[in-house]
Amino acid sequence: MIRIDHVSKRFGRFHAVRDVTLHVPEGDSVALWGGNGAGKSTLIRCVLGLLRCRGRVTVSDRDVRRHGKRARRLIGYVPQELGFYDDLRAGEALTLFGRLKGLAPRDTRGAMERVGIGGHERKRVRELSGGMKQRLALAIAMLGEPPVLVLDEVTASLDACGRAELVALLTSLRGAGRTMLFASHRVEEVAALARRVVVLREGAIVSETPAHEFTDPGASHAALHLIIPATIRPEAMRVLEGSGFRPQLNGVGLVVPVSSDRKAAPFRVLTEAGLRVDDFDIIADTTPPAARQEVAP
Amino acid sequence: MTHFHAPLTPASPGAAARAIRCPGALANIATLARRECRDAVRSRWFLLYTLAFAALGLGVSFVSAVAAGGAGLSGFGRTSAGLINLILLVVPLMALSAGAGTIASDRERGMLAYVLAQPVSRFELLMGKYLGLAGALLASICLGIGACALILAIKGEATPARSILWLAGLSFLLALSMLSVGVLLSVLARRASLAVGTAIFAWLLLVFVTDLGLMAGAVALRLRIEELFFVSLANPVQVFKMWALHASDATLDVLGPAGLYAIEEHGPRLHAYFALSLGAWTIIPLAAAAAVFARRSPV
Repeated sequence: MIRIDHVSKRFGRFHAVRDVTLHVPEGDSVALWGGNGAGKSTLIRCVLGLLRCRGRVTVSDRDVRRHGKRARRLIGYVPQELGFYDDLRAGEALTLFGRLKGLAPRDTRGAMERVGIGGHERKRVRELSGGMKQRLALAIAMLGEPPVLVLDEVTASLDACGRAELVALLTSLRGAGRTMLFASHRVEEVAALARRVVVLREGAIVSETPAHEFTDPGASHAALHLIIPATIRPEAMRVLEGSGFRPQLNGVGLVVPVSSDRKAAPFRVLTEAGLRVDDFDIIADTTPPAARQEVAP
Repeated sequence: MTHFHAPLTPASPGAAARAIRCPGALANIATLARRECRDAVRSRWFLLYTLAFAALGLGVSFVSAVAAGGAGLSGFGRTSAGLINLILLVVPLMALSAGAGTIASDRERGMLAYVLAQPVSRFELLMGKYLGLAGALLASICLGIGACALILAIKGEATPARSILWLAGLSFLLALSMLSVGVLLSVLARRASLAVGTAIFAWLLLVFVTDLGLMAGAVALRLRIEELFFVSLANPVQVFKMWALHASDATLDVLGPAGLYAIEEHGPRLHAYFALSLGAWTIIPLAAAAAVFARRSPV
């Protein structure tokens, strides 16, 4: 269904995607996994034909560069955060994007009920919460029943509750036969939605595993995503490095690779140093085995 | 408009993929133009410019009508001269800033990438935005000039419909050319603030600097009258002024020797010259914008 052949993308000297080849057959669900800057979003933009890249991408045999419109008609896309015409009412947004997919307004009725935000059609987009905006984006993506869903870290801007609700909704929508390609760095999303996990690092595929192996709670390595206030993040980095960890800056916090029997150790180190941790996630460690040299105290 | 609806069941996405059809280019352009026009009409800039245009136009009309003392056609001639000067200041600024904000601000908001992730081509998006903004500008011009005509009618002035339509039509052509330049700036700029800043600079250049530059150049380079006339044709604002005066009075002697030369040497062909100049200022920047936009990342 989605065929990515030797796709590369450079921004100046920076290689965002390096010679990626990936086939997502009809009905398959593939997670693109990796930290910030791994190339997940760039690869998704290449699939959507938004970026000019080397190599070839086809969706149901339609080349996204030569027949971009026809290829994108097969895709329902949900971005990380909905950048939207804020003054538009939710119902108007559905009508607008429905028209762009060749649907009459009557064909968009019921789309909001389907994603659990029925009754909010008259609300302006700016009045919707982050979770509701993502549901609206999902409702738009599902208009016309596209056979392919492409999701780019759709839960990244949501709180824990919003994340769980959206993942549950996506699981129910995945349906028999729908093809799904999504970027994520949350293990619960991968466990719920993916059949295969493709790990990207510095723009290249480093491994490809079945999702059940990737999300196995008995795996010997994991990583903690610690949400730490920006003001104390550098200090937290120093303290963790001083204790033998290898933390990496990631969005609103730090990612700390740990062995699975020492997941509490970074908390103890930070607490002893008087540093606050606001929230945390346990995520799968994407470090290749050869590079794992974390020394937990 | 034709809608292609292919109801699918999730159980048969493969068959569905073969059945799905895209809406045509014209349908997409019409959808996006309607959206852009509505967005522009609801925006503050539109309201502000239209109110300012209408208020200044009303002021010009009122003062002209009072000064003319009900002098019939000459009354409207006086008013239209004032309106021409007002239009060549306000309309280019309005069109340039509207065009400059359109693509760059959508890119900043992430909206551009989202719309282009739908079954929409870049050309359709650009044309939809252009035509939508053109519709909003037409509405603004009609409101502004219409208000002036209304005041003249109330004051008992003869307001020849032909002159009013000419003025509105030429203002719209000027707006289209300036909108094309604005859209090109918007496509080229990375940030909306840069695009709008450059548009204001372009407005200053076209409205004030080239006028002064032409005068200075004519003296310094000892340009001949015919050279001066053809150099003037390169500036769309000057072209509007000459065309509007030519259309209202059938004389360009108010522009001095260059105007007299134009009438004597090119009289019957002047409309074609002016139309070609404004047409080129509309098509060339818009084509350049489409070419750049086709290659630029929307992110």
